Amino acid sequence: MPAVQETIDQVKAIDVSEYKYGFITDVEMEKPAKGLTEDTVRYISARKNEPAWMLEWRLDAFRRWKTMTEPTWARVHYPEIDFQDIYYYAAPKMNGAPKSLDEVDPAILDAYKKLGIPLREQEILAGVEPQNRVAVDAVFDSVSVVTTFRAELAKAGVIFCSISDALQEHPELVRKYIGTVVPVTDNYYATLNSAVFTDGSFVYIPKGVRCPMELSTYFRINEKNTGQFERTLIIAEEGSYVSYLEGCTAPQRDENQLHAAVVELITLDDAEIKYSTVQNWYPGDANGKGGIYNFVTKRGDCRGKNSKISWTQVETGSAITWKYPSCILRGDGSRGEFYSIAVSNGMQQVDSGTKMIHLGKNTTSRIISKGISAGRSQNTYRGLVSAHRKATNARNFTNCDSLLIGNQCGAHTVPYIESKTSTATFEHEATTSKISEDQLFYCMQRGLSAEDATALIVNGFVKDVLQQLPMEFAVEAQKLISISLEGSVG
Amino acid sequence: MSAKITPIRSAAESALIDRFPALKASLPGLPALRENAFAAFAAAGLPTRRVEAWKYTDLRAAMREAAPLAARPNDAEITVALKGHSPLAGQGVVTLSFVNGHHVATAGALPAGVSITPLAKALAGGHPLLSRIGALKLVHGDLALSLNTAFMTDGAIIHVAEGVTVDGPIALRFVTSGATAVATAARVLMVAEAGSHVMLVESHEGQGALAHQPNTALEIIAGDKAVVSHVRLGLNSAGAVALSTLTADLGSETSLTSVNVALQGAVTRHQAFVRFSGGDARAQINGATLLSGTQHADSTLVVEHAAEPGGESRELFRTIIDDEASGVFQGKIIVQPHAQKTDGRMASNAVLLSESAAMYNKPELEIFADDVACAHGATCGALDDELLFYLMSRGISKAEAEALMIESFVGASIDFIDHEPIREILHALVRDWLQARAARLNAEAPTVS
Repeated sequence: MPAVQETIDQVKAIDVSEYKYGFITDVEMEKPAKGLTEDTVRYISARKNEPAWMLEWRLDAFRRWKTMTEPTWARVHYPEIDFQDIYYYAAPKMNGAPKSLDEVDPAILDAYKKLGIPLREQEILAGVEPQNRVAVDAVFDSVSVVTTFRAELAKAGVIFCSISDALQEHPELVRKYIGTVVPVTDNYYATLNSAVFTDGSFVYIPKGVRCPMELSTYFRINEKNTGQFERTLIIAEEGSYVSYLEGCTAPQRDENQLHAAVVELITLDDAEIKYSTVQNWYPGDANGKGGIYNFVTKRGDCRGKNSKISWTQVETGSAITWKYPSCILRGDGSRGEFYSIAVSNGMQQVDSGTKMIHLGKNTTSRIISKGISAGRSQNTYRGLVSAHRKATNARNFTNCDSLLIGNQCGAHTVPYIESKTSTATFEHEATTSKISEDQLFYCMQRGLSAEDATALIVNGFVKDVLQQLPMEFAVEAQKLISISLEGSVG
Repeated sequence: MSAKITPIRSAAESALIDRFPALKASLPGLPALRENAFAAFAAAGLPTRRVEAWKYTDLRAAMREAAPLAARPNDAEITVALKGHSPLAGQGVVTLSFVNGHHVATAGALPAGVSITPLAKALAGGHPLLSRIGALKLVHGDLALSLNTAFMTDGAIIHVAEGVTVDGPIALRFVTSGATAVATAARVLMVAEAGSHVMLVESHEGQGALAHQPNTALEIIAGDKAVVSHVRLGLNSAGAVALSTLTADLGSETSLTSVNVALQGAVTRHQAFVRFSGGDARAQINGATLLSGTQHADSTLVVEHAAEPGGESRELFRTIIDDEASGVFQGKIIVQPHAQKTDGRMASNAVLLSESAAMYNKPELEIFADDVACAHGATCGALDDELLFYLMSRGISKAEAEALMIESFVGASIDFIDHEPIREILHALVRDWLQARAARLNAEAPTVS
């Protein structure tokens, strides 16, 4: 059945023409010449004063990248990208690294203020209860401008800083873990990122520590003709826990800008990482002009036994999204989760999903994906669930629903389900009525219609995770969650 | 960036490419169609895992050598080939026999309103329906069908006149036989005119363990309100690399039921391409596959809803996998922008009986219309312990309980066949498979004293 009016209105409210974060900040920028050569890679590494091994690693990636070709298997179409017509590094001009917020260009602070991102610790303290505090790493084009609450986190033993700082202060940790989840040659964009990554966050949670506050990174692309190549690395040692959030926006520009990030998560025994994203890059205008190309490789490695990684994503932005946050369930008893809501509008193209790779015994995973396409957009869910021969008793439950608004858009589902052991139980379910007969019966017994009950169960399920996002990030998400499932198709 | 890489041809690809120019002259009729189909193949080569539609069945690896295209068998060879018992023997009101892709015999009386012409004869002498061969444009094209089109030797053109109800099944028996492995390319076109009712059953049989390479194709064109049912039984030779394609073009308010039962063959792939060209048609496409040893079976399906109202499609694929066998289900429902009110439901269920069995499921949806109901479900796992326990607690042995569960599991797919004797034959074949399995298990089991 077609979508209900309420849903249509809600989706319209976040249409591409309503993009709120399209302003441009005028700051003097420092950038090398356009284009990508070995010199560009050397320049970036030198600017960041990196150790020699890091430069070698980057150069190796660059050489390999030159031998690779762009992937074409995703259901997205765009004109060929001229990789020589991009600035690979753009940093606000300043004299040395800012020692405190007062040294940061006020224009940049202003930009974050407009975006509603609190960068001053006292401001955050003033209005909010301490348990709701969020530490923020603010990345502006190619550099991290500021990371808040570093001192307080350090007391708990938590390292939270930009990856550039981590390379200065904890090179041994970075060297030990970088590229171990997403290998240098994993794919075209990951290799490119390995060569030219600029900034991103580094998080290290020591053994047994529950991170005292939410950590977050806010990515802002501002300069035109630039690409942003962020690199994030999160390590949760034995028995630790961290919740990490990521937000992103960009100004309204006529040209397409490239964002090619790599995010690596590592959990050791009994550790848990909760990674949430509200992706709101500029989607381009109603005719498909401009917008961010979001080609991202995100992967978590449940290395230890009984560890857990959960990905939550709310995708509303980007002209093109190409993103598959994945979990490698290596440790016995580890668990991966993926909750996604992807809304496409205008001329947006989304090809997103997840991979759950079961390698260890008794591993479990759950995938809940909702895709909503409107306008002339194309929204594809592409997911892989696989069980290795040794992954005995692996379990997966997948539910992906899509909803179309209008008949000029498309919704597609491309799941791959590969089972190599008879003890694995994989269920891929696309009919909304079969979530849990018991819960459904319970709700209906209390007077809810089957549809209301279904919506309540699925939404309640996703809400559980999303409600843990701080309000700054959650507004958009909450709005989307309330969209009913009515009329959805598998 | 990097230069375009010229693919290195495998021995089989080179052989096929070398063979075509010489064969072209001797193969009858439709030169342009053959030429185009061959060009499509030559450009792409044999599909590998890197070709999305063949991701789980690496034909290039499975077909290292291209077996020679079988020549027309002589009388002695025909006698040997047809000697064996065909499970579907006696079921057809009329039965056409093919040996190595060549028509060799027709038994039974032609029902009123039905005309059957061997394809070789039609190709050589002309036939009004020749232009309908290969007429259905597939959404993605297909390499197996292209190969069949390029090399088709013989087969049949079946015409069922308007409003005719054929009293009993038309049976086609394909046997691949020979002292060495051969390739075959049979092609059947069935045009069921408006309002006709017809059932077509095919059995594909192969003797011995030779690595024959049959590649067959059946095209069904169903006129408005026609009711067509189709059963295909795959009993290829143990070493066979067998490809088969069904294409169906459905007119308004037609009904199609197609059930494929795959039991034998080393590497088999059955593909169905169904297009809802007219509004409000209905199709039920099923598969029942039982695999053991190192068998590999692929069921590929593309259902395209291309008219409004989009009609109803139901797909049910059941796969049983034992030993080190592997099963594949790739299904795709496409709903074109104007095909509103489409109701599509696709299910693939697999039961893995052994630790080393593998199942690959890829149930896809591609939807461009907003007022549709489409769903897919895919499950795989072991036999349900609770059901097993229930049966065993009632005094049924474990082996027997498993057999009961397996038979009813694949039976759910077979039972859509609206012809009791044929349904019974297929059930019996499933029971034979189960008996063979029990014998294997007994041989392996340690003797209890």
